[in-house]
This record gives sequence, structure tokens and C-alpha cells, in this order.
Amino acid sequence: MKGRVHSIESFGAVDGPGIRTVFFLQGCPARCIYCHNPDSWDPQGEGEGLLEVEDILHWAMRGKTYHGKDGGVTFSGGEPLMQGKFLLESIAALHRENIKVAIDTSGTYFDEFTEEVIKNCDLVLLDIKHTTEEGFKFITAKPMDELFKLIDVINEHKKPVWVRQVIVPDINDKPEDIAALNEFIKGIKYIERVELLGYHTMAVNKYAKMGLTYRLKGVPAMDSGKLNELRKLVKAHHKPVDAVSQVPLNEKDSIR
Amino acid sequence: MRKEWEGFVQGNWTNGIDVEEFIKLNYHPYDGDASFLAGATERTKECFERVQELLVAERKAGGTLKVDASRIMRINAFGPGYIVPGKDIIVGLQTDEPLKRGICPFGGIKMVRSEVEEFGEKLPEEIDNMFEYITTHNDGVFKAYSKEMKQVRHLGLITGLPDAYGRGRIIGDYRRAALYGIDYLIEEKKKDHEAIASRHVMSEENIRTAEEVFNQIVALKEIKKMAESYGFDISEPAKDVKEAIQWTYFAYLAGIKEENGAAMSIGRTSTFIDIYAERDLANGVYTESEIQEFIDDYILKLRVARHLRTTEYNELFGGDPMWITEGIAGLGLDGRHKVTKNSYRFLQTLYNLGPAPEPNLTVLWSEKLPEPFKKFCAQVSIDTDSIQYENDDKMRPCYGEDYSIACCVSAIQMGQQMQFFGARCNLAKILLLGLNGGIDERTGEKVGPQMDPVPDGPIDFEEAWRRFNVYLEWLMELYVNIMNTIHFMHDKYDFERSQMAFLNSEVKRLMAFGVAGLSVAADSLSAIKYAKVYPIRDENGVIVDYRTEGEFPKYGNDDDRVDEIAVKISERTIEELRKHPTYRNSVHTLSVLTITSNVMYGKKTGNTPDGRRAGTPFAPGANPMHERDKHGAVASLNSVSKISWETCQDGVSNTFSITPETLGKDPETRANVLVGLLDGYFGRGAHHLNVNVLNRALLEDAYENPEKYPNLTVRVSGYAVRFNALSKNHQKEVIARTFHERV
Repeated sequence: MKGRVHSIESFGAVDGPGIRTVFFLQGCPARCIYCHNPDSWDPQGEGEGLLEVEDILHWAMRGKTYHGKDGGVTFSGGEPLMQGKFLLESIAALHRENIKVAIDTSGTYFDEFTEEVIKNCDLVLLDIKHTTEEGFKFITAKPMDELFKLIDVINEHKKPVWVRQVIVPDINDKPEDIAALNEFIKGIKYIERVELLGYHTMAVNKYAKMGLTYRLKGVPAMDSGKLNELRKLVKAHHKPVDAVSQVPLNEKDSIR
Repeated sequence: MRKEWEGFVQGNWTNGIDVEEFIKLNYHPYDGDASFLAGATERTKECFERVQELLVAERKAGGTLKVDASRIMRINAFGPGYIVPGKDIIVGLQTDEPLKRGICPFGGIKMVRSEVEEFGEKLPEEIDNMFEYITTHNDGVFKAYSKEMKQVRHLGLITGLPDAYGRGRIIGDYRRAALYGIDYLIEEKKKDHEAIASRHVMSEENIRTAEEVFNQIVALKEIKKMAESYGFDISEPAKDVKEAIQWTYFAYLAGIKEENGAAMSIGRTSTFIDIYAERDLANGVYTESEIQEFIDDYILKLRVARHLRTTEYNELFGGDPMWITEGIAGLGLDGRHKVTKNSYRFLQTLYNLGPAPEPNLTVLWSEKLPEPFKKFCAQVSIDTDSIQYENDDKMRPCYGEDYSIACCVSAIQMGQQMQFFGARCNLAKILLLGLNGGIDERTGEKVGPQMDPVPDGPIDFEEAWRRFNVYLEWLMELYVNIMNTIHFMHDKYDFERSQMAFLNSEVKRLMAFGVAGLSVAADSLSAIKYAKVYPIRDENGVIVDYRTEGEFPKYGNDDDRVDEIAVKISERTIEELRKHPTYRNSVHTLSVLTITSNVMYGKKTGNTPDGRRAGTPFAPGANPMHERDKHGAVASLNSVSKISWETCQDGVSNTFSITPETLGKDPETRANVLVGLLDGYFGRGAHHLNVNVLNRALLEDAYENPEKYPNLTVRVSGYAVRFNALSKNHQKEVIARTFHERV
């Protein structure tokens, strides 16, 4: 079966543990104000084009000597869950080769394949765009319902989670925002790590090229010093021992 | 047993020269981490400060601080010199002052004249006159060259040949001086001489060898005298770690005093020296801090080694390199790793003395190296951009466990082998020449076999490939013959007696050929095969440009369609070279390596079918063309890893730049990820990797504001340079390279 792929990054060290082969899938229901891949929104967009599951496997196998014991494959996007059936087949093929799979999701999409995908993957990188309904809507133009559904199935299938949030000046860069995030993620059972990612402005030109309006015009990139201060405020509960990953994750992954 | 050897395990090495066995029987693998390391002492800091001042002065003076042309560089041409008199622990400089350069005219007097004149001085009359009667290596070569040889040279089909400068790439086993003392080495050489000179058939080869060995004995005696001038008697073996370093360094120093070869590796000294360090630590002779101080001072000496060069030379080998390459770590044939505390101490100099391009510290990587050492190396790379990596698991089965690296990436068995260095030929130009049927695209000159240019497009791939092979066959024969001529003359007129004195009297020889422009040639052939390429001719019918319609796979994206073309080109090249006999029965090897000559090769090459514009620099070594690798670092590395080391045993060089943020979000992750990257790359059978962890913005700032970055070191192609020592053109090319980056 074929999936529509926006781009392939053969070396990903910031999308899950270890070195990962990252597939950015085409199509996203969200319209995040800071999205740095607006060209991945359209489900019919061009990019790498249609790839077979065996192409996914081919690229992943070419990365295998690099994956080591921690790395593997990450499906990102766009919103990868929009191509749930393709994900399921890809995960099955990758697991046959003992390659671990992470799903990097925006938490804005849920369909009949989603639960199976979550059940079968090894790690979820869960973007919590915002902790309030209105903040979430402001950033993504979507309601929070899908996020809650997603958290439910993640908990139910005991999946380890890396929580992520992009921190944007004046939107969610206050200590109160982090306190709210700490409170919010208490609802996620198996957190391995919480990552605060600084907003950057490197996508501005892409918008101009695509003839789109950049809505965060004039907002500066997140200050790294301030971001580090916020990181200290993050409180995540420890990863319980019964989290289920299809292939055992490396235990030495530090818990933050 | 000799008193100096007390405490060492005996073996065959006590009855004849065998440093490899001595190491095997006596070294202590170290599995621990870096926590034992000592920082710089006050004395080290003082000497380092002095060197920093000198480096600033050197830069301000335009790259060369001082030239002394009053005498010819021989082992004892100059009296002793010091960095800080009274403070140097490991002593010895090439001349009597740090950074002062002398003249080595036997490679070529014309080169020396222009070197001296560029510096605003004149060669003394008596030296000038002397060369009315002395034939140099360069004179000899040009007496023997055919017209065609000279033509391919000036058109840039073969460039950088060591026909006007010292060939270098010879690595004496300088450790022999420390383990055995010079007197024993002289005795052994005398025995060899007698045996060779008494053979039943005094063939040309035997006569030549006998004379060479005689000259080596003279050199050994002079080396003893040089050591005496510094107050050391090195006729006997070294008795402790300090002496072991000093003896080894004296032996090396003699070589760089009188030879200005393009690459002057020091070999593989760290684990050897560690044996002495361990013995002294155990006996309470020296402390860790003292031993680190010796190593720091040794490295500092290597950092001030210099040769006088011309502008033209610097265009080929930018950044004033010496290639004092030291091989660190690796595995033994018995499976034990060769990481010792000294492996750490050598790398520690990059913290104690700051980042620096020399010596060219080369980690011989094996997946079986201990994890703490791998992590330490990765951290040093991230912090200093000063080290390179080579795949020990590839080289060891072929060269044994005691090999070292000549120049940038080429393995040589220590003590047993030497290399005839041979620059490189221009693959992209061979293709253009083929398409033009024997007309040089830049000058319109006819060269090589003559045929009609390819008809109007689209160019047929089979036809292009056939033509490429016709001209490859022609040029490779010429290339071997040129190399034979060069090395015949070098042996005859500029024999490296003081380096060869530390090798076996009858060495095995490698002849190292090279290619440049592999990625341009592969992408161009890929364009012809997978897109439509139409030749564009000038008014004389010479193809000067190409119009390419459609997409084509590009080398650097792990796409087998084009990567296989690159592989095939490398295979065809060595096949053609091997058809032709070499001088002194040397073994043909091939490298995909460019030093910084990728800029100059690009300058001499017209428009290519891959869309590269005339004059644009090639990618360095085996790298993909800048910014054509679109699928990230692993895909780029994988393409290069397909160029097999078995085909290119002289080395497949890859220079890799990545931003720190792309390696991971925090320092620990970054070091781990870099280890994973190295394991993954070498696990695919790749040969060499230069690692730079930096941002392009930093280099751009350094380009604009050089004074802000006096020590910024970058790996370029098999070696590192101070960024400021590169020409602006070379700097621009380094900035234009692909930086693997995730935003």
C-alpha cells in the first residue's frame, strides 16, 4: 500500500531517542500558527510523492546500522495519523526487522485506525499545543476533542510518551503556562520525557514562497536562556515499569 | 637483557627490530574514562602563551614569520632552538627559532627561489651557484617528461603532482630510536648494507638500495650529533617515558628538518609511549601530571613545525599543513583494543593547549573500542572540530595492527612500507574530454586520442560511458608513467635518508594514485542517463556547456542508481591503473581525496552536464556536491560508504559538517548520537570521516572577522586547518559545503 510522504530525513536526532529515520507524512488537519511545514498541510501535496511500505522499509534498513539500541523510525508530519492504514502496514513491516517506531502526533486527528496505530507503535511523541481549549483552538484552529481521545487510547495501551510543547513568546512562555502543562499531563500515565521546544522564525520564507500569510510576523524566536528557565519548572511523574513498548525501549533513557 | 628494558616482557623484539611485537607484549589496554586526566601545568601554560603570541605574529606577517635562506636545511644546519629557553621539556626545533623556516632545495631549486622571493628575500649567491652543478628532483623529472605529460599537467587533467616539491608521505618508525637507541639501528643498517652489497647479482635495484642504506647510516650518525647539541646522548635506548618521547621526537625532527615533503606523519606513537608511562607510573618515577606535561610539550613542538611554501603550493594544500598525522586507538589482531591512557592524553592536549589542526589526530575507529573512549572522542570532536576518524576494522585485516596514516587517510604498515605519493587526476575533465572527442573544453587544445565530439543531444549514456572509458584508459597509462618518472627522480636526487633510516632497508612500496571530482563525474553521467542532456557548442564546435532537461538522481542521497555510477568509476580507474607496471614494483592504490585542491580542480574544469558551472569548486574528496544531498546526513554518508575501500585502499575521504542542535538537544545526547553516527557509518564499511560540529553562521562571522577567531579549527579534507590560514576562496568553499541541519 502507498502513503503520501512529504519528505524523508535519514538522520533525525531530535525526534525521539537515538538516531532515527524520520518520515514526514503529507496532510494535516491542524493549521498551527507556527507550523514550519505549511507545505505538508495538503493531503494531496507533492513532496516525495507516493511511497510503498517497502520503500519505507528500504529507507529504514539503510539507517539500521545507525539506529543502535535506542534509535529507529519516527513518523511525523503533517499529521501521520491521517494515514493510519499506511502506518499500520509500515509498523508491521518495520517490526519484522526489529525496528522500533515512534509516532509524532499533533493531537488533532483521530479515526478508526488511530487506536491500532497507537497500540502497535513503541513510543508516542505527543505534541500538547496548549492546555486550554481556547489556547488550543487559537494555535491549531481545531478543538481539543481528538487530543483527549488520543490520550485515552495511549493510556489504555500503556504507551510511553514524550510530551512536547512549542513555547512561543507571549503565548505560552510564562511560568503559569508550565504549571498548567504540569497539571495537564498528569492525565498521561506513562511519560518518559517532557520537551519544551523553542519557537523559531526559520519558516517565514516558506510562507512567503507559498503565498501564505505568516501570522506570527514580528514575534521573535524564543530566547534560549528563558526557555532553559522554563524547562526547570517542568514536573513529570516517573515512567511506570509496566509501560508497553513492542520492542523494549532502552531503560537508561533519562527521565526528566 | 638491556637495563633500559627492565620490567618489559621479552620476546623476539629483544633480538631484532620488532616494535610491533614489543607493543603487543607490553601495552595495557585502558577501559576507564577520562576522569584521570590532568590539566595544563603553569609551565605548559607559559609555553603555550608564547606559541599563541608567535602564531598571532605569524598571521600578521601574512602566514610566514621568518625565513632563513642562508643555508640548506640539513640535520645539523641549525644549532639548538627553544620555544621558551629553559622551559622546554621536550626539546628540538627545525631551525634555531620557533616558526622560522629554512630552505629544502633538492626537490626543486626554482620552487625555493620563488618561496624566498615571495618573502622578499634573495637566495644567497653561493647556494644559487651551487645549483648550476646540482640536479634537483624537479630538474630530473622535467628532463624525462614527454610533451604529452607536460600537456596533461598544464591542462589540469592531472594536478598537484609532487614533481617540484618533496613527495612526503613517508613515515619513519621513529619509535625505533627510543626502543633500541641509534647505535643499534646503525649496526643493523650496516649488516643490511653488507648483505645487499654482497649479492651475487648486483642489479640496478641492489646497487641503488646499497647506496640508500649507506646514506641512511650517515643520517643516523648526524641525528645522534643533533641530539648531542641539545645535550642528549641517544645512542642507547630510552630509559623512561620522557626519554622515550624525546628520542622518538628527535628521530622525527631530523626528517622534517631536511625534508619538506607534502605530508610528514609521525606514525603511531601514543600507545608505544604509554608502555613507558605505565612503567614509570608503577615505579613512581613520574606522576600523571608530569606525564601529561611531557605529552603537552611534545604536541606543542609538533604544532610549531613549518615548511616554506609558495602561493601556488598553498592553492593545492591550503592552510599551511604539515600532516603530522598520529594514529590513535584501533584494535590488535588478538581482539584487544589499543586504547591506552595515552590515547586520552593525546586528545587531552586539545583542551590543555586548545583546538589545533596539528598534529593531525586520527582515531582508528572500531565498533569494539571501549564505550567511554568513544564518547570522549565524540565530545572532543564536538568541542574542538580537530579530530578525524578512520575505520580500523577495514584497514587492520589488510595492514596488520601496527599501521599508521600517511598524510590524510592512507594506511601504511609501520616500518615495513613506504608510499609513492601521486596527487590526483580529474574525473570530471576526463568525461568532458570524452564528450568533446579529445579537445580540452577550456582551451580548445587537442589532447589524447582524437575522435568526433558527441552528436547533438540528448546524449546517449552508453556512448558517453564508452568515451569516458576511452579517455580513462589513455590517461591512466600516462598517469602511471608520470608517477614512475617522478619517483625514479625523487629517489635519485632527493632521497629521504633520515626518514628511511627508520624503515626496513628493503621496504615494500605503495604507489598512491588519486581522483578528484568523483561526485561531479557521477552526477553528470547520472544526468546523461536519467535526464536529457544536450551539448551546447561554441563557434568552433567545441562543447562548452550542456542543457539538461528533467530530473536525475544525485550522489549523496543513498540512491543506488547514481551511487553505482560513482562506484563503477572508482573500480574502472583502479583497473586501468593496475594494467601498467610501476617503478620498483610498487603496489597500485587509489584514493578519493582532494586536500583543498577541489577548489583548484574546479577552477580548471568547464561546465559539466550535472549543471555545475565552469570554475565552481568540486566537492572535497568523496563528498557529494554541496547541497545536493537532500535526505539528511545518513543518506549522504551512505552514498559515500558505497565507494569501497577495497577499490580505494589509499582512502575514501568524507568531510562532514553538522550543527550542534541537529546532533541532539543536550550535550550528553549529542556525544551519544555522534558515537552512533560513527558506528553506523563505519558499520556500513565506510573508510574515513572528518567531523565538524558547528554552525555556518560561525564560519561566516569568522570569514568577516578573522581576528575574533584566532584558534577556530575546521576539518577540511583529511586534515584540519586554522580557518584563518585558508585563502578567502578556500574559506568560501568551506562555508558553501552542506551543513547537516534540522530546523
